[in-house]
Amino acid sequence: MKVRVDPERCQGHCRCIAVAEDLFEADDLGYAHAIGDGSVRPDQLERAQLAVNNCPEYAVVLELGP
Amino acid sequence: MTAIDWATEFNHYTDEYAANAFAVWDELRERCPVAHSDAFRGMWVPTRHEDIVAIAQDTDTFSSRSPLVAQYGSMADFGIVVPPISSDPPYHTDIRRMLLPFFAPGRIELLRPSIEAHCDELIDGFVDAPGCDAATDYAQYIPVQVIATMLGIPPEDGDQFRTWVVQLLESAPTNIEVAGANLFQLFQYFGEHIERMRSQPGDDLISFLVAESHDVLGRELQQDELFGMCLLLLLAGIDTTWSAIGASIWHLADHPDDQQRLRDEPSLWPVALEELLRAYAPVTMAREVTHDTEFRGCPMRKGDPLLLPFPSANRDPAAFDRADEVVIDRAENRHLAFGVGIHRCLGSNLARLEVQVAVAKFVDRVGPFRLADADAVRWAKGQVRGPRVLPIAFG
Repeated sequence: MKVRVDPERCQGHCRCIAVAEDLFEADDLGYAHAIGDGSVRPDQLERAQLAVNNCPEYAVVLELGP
Repeated sequence: MTAIDWATEFNHYTDEYAANAFAVWDELRERCPVAHSDAFRGMWVPTRHEDIVAIAQDTDTFSSRSPLVAQYGSMADFGIVVPPISSDPPYHTDIRRMLLPFFAPGRIELLRPSIEAHCDELIDGFVDAPGCDAATDYAQYIPVQVIATMLGIPPEDGDQFRTWVVQLLESAPTNIEVAGANLFQLFQYFGEHIERMRSQPGDDLISFLVAESHDVLGRELQQDELFGMCLLLLLAGIDTTWSAIGASIWHLADHPDDQQRLRDEPSLWPVALEELLRAYAPVTMAREVTHDTEFRGCPMRKGDPLLLPFPSANRDPAAFDRADEVVIDRAENRHLAFGVGIHRCLGSNLARLEVQVAVAKFVDRVGPFRLADADAVRWAKGQVRGPRVLPIAFG
């Protein structure tokens, strides 16, 4: 599983960082992106899902995959 | 006095609205989801979450040129600009890009120690008394000091700013003389201040903007733009945060169970504060219709003002389970307290920090507290909603 922040949609609410700071970080302008390649360990999955469900812009995506 | 028909006579500057806004929105969402008001130049008022989001996202049809609705005219027609909130792309994009680094999470986090120290100092002033007014003895001071620091202004001028801001938000939209007098005084004050900052740059916002404008805009900022940004920082940064802090304390005073739960489970604070922001979102924004159009069957004309009550979206049962309740451990919360789309509150990281520090410190330090007189609580009128009188009893 991987998380991704759609840069077209992200407006910098930073809600994903608040609920999963080990998966997301902000750039110098305050927009969020996934840390590293966005890989989600099983123990991070619940927080990854919370990040998706707390983004007011629907910018956080959780994708199936290696 | 006859009852107001909210569908046709919507007026956010009435005592009825200040006291009963939740019931007004609930009624309108069911009965007339896009209300109208002749008292505000044919203003439209959508109340459903879905409509509010659609309008916020459609910046071509709904311009931000007049983010505060006045009875007597559009802000833009009076030449008042407070960029970036009062602007549309592409100008908005550039101005916002220039300001974003100043409000990014890393830079805002540096303010935490000074906000904590200020909250402690305020609490020291009343913690041994039988109670306090959480709005006038506490909440109202917190954002003023932060904003004064950001603008490089002496903290002792804070009372003056608060007065200007309250008058501009609560009285000016229905009284052109109040608007003129306050804007004139602010313009004089900031005119002198901006000149001082230009000659002696520091780590304040004005110096930052003067330096950044060359890189980002490729030109110098004009005086009206700099003044507008200073004014915006006051208008957007003071009443709003003060309201969110006050409303959160009001809720906890009236809900000892939630108060106790936060003392027992401090790890709940982050979700609890988001829930309080959802339920008591202070800020209603506004737009102006750019061309004749129809929205949800309403014939909107070019120039019509439109209110965007994000707090009503946050209480729409179509978007939130138990929308009318504070669910203090609500884990999934896509609330719109800071708006949605390209005008997401630029200061949201700062506001969250201030609310988090101020409310948690209050709960931790004063011990159990309750409303001293529920009937004495007074809520602000207009586009920023929060308690302005909030008597609290300790113990």
